Amino acid sequence: MKVALQVTCLNDALFPDVGKAVVTLLRRLGVDVDFPEAQTCCGQPMVNTGYLDEAVPAVRRFVEAFDGYDAVVTPSGSCAGSARHQQRLIAARAGDPALASAVERTSPLVHELSEFLVDVLGVTDVGAYFPHTVTYHPTCHSLRMLGVGDRPRRLLEAVRGLRLRELPAARECCGFGGTFAVKNADTSVAMGSDKARHVRETGAEVLVAGDSSCLVHIGGLLSRQRSGVRTMHLAEVLASTEDRAEAVR
Amino acid sequence: MADARADILAAVRAALAGVEASVDPAASPPGVAAGPGTLDLFCERVADYRAVVQRCGPEEVAATVAAALPEGDVVVPEGLPVEVEGARVDDGLTALELDAVAAVVTGCAVAVAETGTIVLDHGPGQGRRAISLVPDVHVCVVRADQVVPDVPDALAALDPARPLTWVSGPSATSDIELDRVEGVHGPRTLHVVVVEG
Amino acid sequence: MSRTFVGMPAFPVAARTALADTQLRHNLAHATGVIRDKRARVVAEVDGWEELRLAGAAVKERALHGLDEHLLTLERKLTANGATVHWARDAEEACAVVAQVAKAHGADEVVKVKSMATAEIGLNEALEAEGVAAWETDLAELIVQLGEDLPSHILVPAIHRNRAEIREIFLRRMAVVGRPAPDDLTDEPAVLAAAAREHLREKFLRARVGVSGANFAVAETGTLVVVESEGNGRMCLTLPEVLVSVVGIEKVVPTWGELDPLLRLLPRSSTGERMNPYTSTWSGVTPGDGPQEVHVILLDNGRTRALADEVGRQALRCIRCSACLNVCPVYERVGGHAYGSVYPGPIGAILGPLMRGTGDPQTDSLPYASSLCGACFEVCPVRIDIPEVLVHLRSKVVDAHRDEPVPKPEAVAMRGTGWAFGDAARLGLAERASGLVGRVMGRLGRSSLPGGRRAAGRLPGPGAAWTGARDLPAPPAESFRQWWARTDGGRADGGRTDGERADEGHVEEARDG
Ligand code: SF4
Repeated sequence: MKVALQVTCLNDALFPDVGKAVVTLLRRLGVDVDFPEAQTCCGQPMVNTGYLDEAVPAVRRFVEAFDGYDAVVTPSGSCAGSARHQQRLIAARAGDPALASAVERTSPLVHELSEFLVDVLGVTDVGAYFPHTVTYHPTCHSLRMLGVGDRPRRLLEAVRGLRLRELPAARECCGFGGTFAVKNADTSVAMGSDKARHVRETGAEVLVAGDSSCLVHIGGLLSRQRSGVRTMHLAEVLASTEDRAEAVR
Repeated sequence: MADARADILAAVRAALAGVEASVDPAASPPGVAAGPGTLDLFCERVADYRAVVQRCGPEEVAATVAAALPEGDVVVPEGLPVEVEGARVDDGLTALELDAVAAVVTGCAVAVAETGTIVLDHGPGQGRRAISLVPDVHVCVVRADQVVPDVPDALAALDPARPLTWVSGPSATSDIELDRVEGVHGPRTLHVVVVEG
Repeated sequence: MSRTFVGMPAFPVAARTALADTQLRHNLAHATGVIRDKRARVVAEVDGWEELRLAGAAVKERALHGLDEHLLTLERKLTANGATVHWARDAEEACAVVAQVAKAHGADEVVKVKSMATAEIGLNEALEAEGVAAWETDLAELIVQLGEDLPSHILVPAIHRNRAEIREIFLRRMAVVGRPAPDDLTDEPAVLAAAAREHLREKFLRARVGVSGANFAVAETGTLVVVESEGNGRMCLTLPEVLVSVVGIEKVVPTWGELDPLLRLLPRSSTGERMNPYTSTWSGVTPGDGPQEVHVILLDNGRTRALADEVGRQALRCIRCSACLNVCPVYERVGGHAYGSVYPGPIGAILGPLMRGTGDPQTDSLPYASSLCGACFEVCPVRIDIPEVLVHLRSKVVDAHRDEPVPKPEAVAMRGTGWAFGDAARLGLAERASGLVGRVMGRLGRSSLPGGRRAAGRLPGPGAAWTGARDLPAPPAESFRQWWARTDGGRADGGRTDGERADEGHVEEARDG
């Protein structure tokens, strides 16, 4: 099976460790994941702001970069959702039948990380060790666009040493929402503050989620509030083992 | 106004250019199935609305109804099969006159178990809509064979040409902090007498 | 007397004001929390809720796709049943018909059962201008009307008020327009409801003209349906001699049997009950029972504009249950007034722009009043994909500005981003520039993130919207793609993928943000 990593534009530029964690994790599970360097972005930042034409080049690069792979794995519910549900609208808008059929080919191959692990590889115990108290925020797009259900939870529950604390009102949006976070900054912060309060209520050391975008928002609030709670991507927790554990204080 | 009609229809047609409308009614999944528990379910669901539910045999109906009535005047529709002593048969009472009446006794057309609903079609034994609305106590006599399992069964059994009133418990509101409170403009007490056998 | 929404500021500004009102936020959080739980409970007890939703969507879809035919059937049946049918292109025409009917009967007042359509057309204000008083009889509408307030929710227009505020409004205002509130009025909901009963009863008993909307209009049988709780609807539909119903053209349901999924979906989605206390149906005039003169006004007022939008037309399936409002995290925090329309919340954010058209700043701000979390779509009983329509409407807003000689800074940024994403080499260059920023920040920025990563504090300019309340991690010195290229995916780096250059001293594996 030829597997490609779609690292996402955000992780690429701001959180390269998330991409490295996916590589570590998949190699440990025997998957030699490739990173097609022609990839850029799924197009979602433009689409969700209403700039559909501006998303067309990104969608073109996406289908080109991942052409010929059997599976594309991405550490983001949001980008997987965009690839599976939005790209065909962009192709239609571009009025390009070749692009449309390329999208039809690629989009079903795109899996969010937890889906890939549980559904494609068939594992829930990935051999991770993470001796910390953790709470998990299910991000909206992974929950409602993709329907990842309890897959991330099952993966976390199988991590040795990890203590999982229930996050109150977990299913409620954190308020990130792409450009919503700046266009409606006050509302976004009000939503995020409630999420951050719920995170603090759990007493967890680490907040885990499957989308760096939501984490940068909630984490930005937790940090400004000097809460001491750190945020980690699901991939980073699953990549941790005894050897690497001491790095995570 | 004739212009408005023509303009709206033209705008609708323009908006729908190229759209195919399906001719057949859309199918709906079946409701809960009929079974030996249907009547129990009905009684349980009516009681959930904080209505009073009593079950009795045919020979006890008159007494059960009488016991459910408050002090004061009672109005009944023409054709009510239950004898209510001292009740006035509606002969076109005004709204003001009805406001002075304490209670009304009616039958119903259909009752729905799943939702705990009684439906009046305001035919004989049920009376005009106003008489079961203005008095503060409504005693409704439901025959066990009038209870159907779910909403689709009720729709199939009812005649849309008649005015219908679907009643699920006493009048209620959730308008203050979304807390349910029973008793606003409609009858504040609903008393359902279920006749078995 | 009552206020209208004209001239409301754009959403972000209105939201800021609302967010600052802590009492409002408390009231909303409490009320939406209660109703969400109730809905979830009664929905969970239905086997095959999803099939029911699909059926509900299918019925409304079929109704809309054949709307012209269904409207004609409805008109024919209503007329045959003794009703008079009017058509109104806009608010003004609809209000004029109601005023005309009231005046023809010499009525200087009408009693109203809550109806979104009459709120949408500003009927009360129009009647007032004609010297006809319109009495709202739904408890929440009464609270809004007496409080000279604006509605903030589809189902519970006074959701922003708590019991203490309602008591205060009743004590102060009931006496001005009719029977006063009792002196010993408490703030118990049951006591407040009883006061409303006493206050309105005299109005019901003397009213000669009733005004309603309709939840559904069955074409095949000429039947209107009103779904309610308090019995005020039954009063308005039954006691007056004359009844006028204002019905949006999208309310049509083709056949009687197709009411089925809708009557099962609506109460559970709306008030979280298996069935609402009262549903009234009537098919024109019934001799000897109820109003003997029945008018039905079929209202367009922007609905055909919405219908013409291929993506947006699904919004016309809406049965006004308000479930989407109750689960919306944005609505929960800012309330209904910020949307500047009688239709607030997620459905309001699409219905307003679809019916009015985009183009003014307030309307154009509505499609952006969402984080696209999808909670609305998840609960909508007729499966309106609100996030899809929001994104579609955003694109309409953007497209309308495409030809401007001086593009907005956002458009410039988006074009730039789109351009960079069009080619991995360009993106790599941009990332290298940001890595440079990161190195500088790494030296200068404050080190506030747990775990030691440098963070940007408060940024000036456009970054301020982010950093007003949130830290932002400084860009890393090396992007993922740079790392991959430099190390051949970690293979050339001794197989390391733990996030650091082999030559760097400390290892920081967890990302903090
Ligand atoms: S959009 Fe859907 S959920 Fe919202 S009010 Fe309409 S029917 Fe209800």
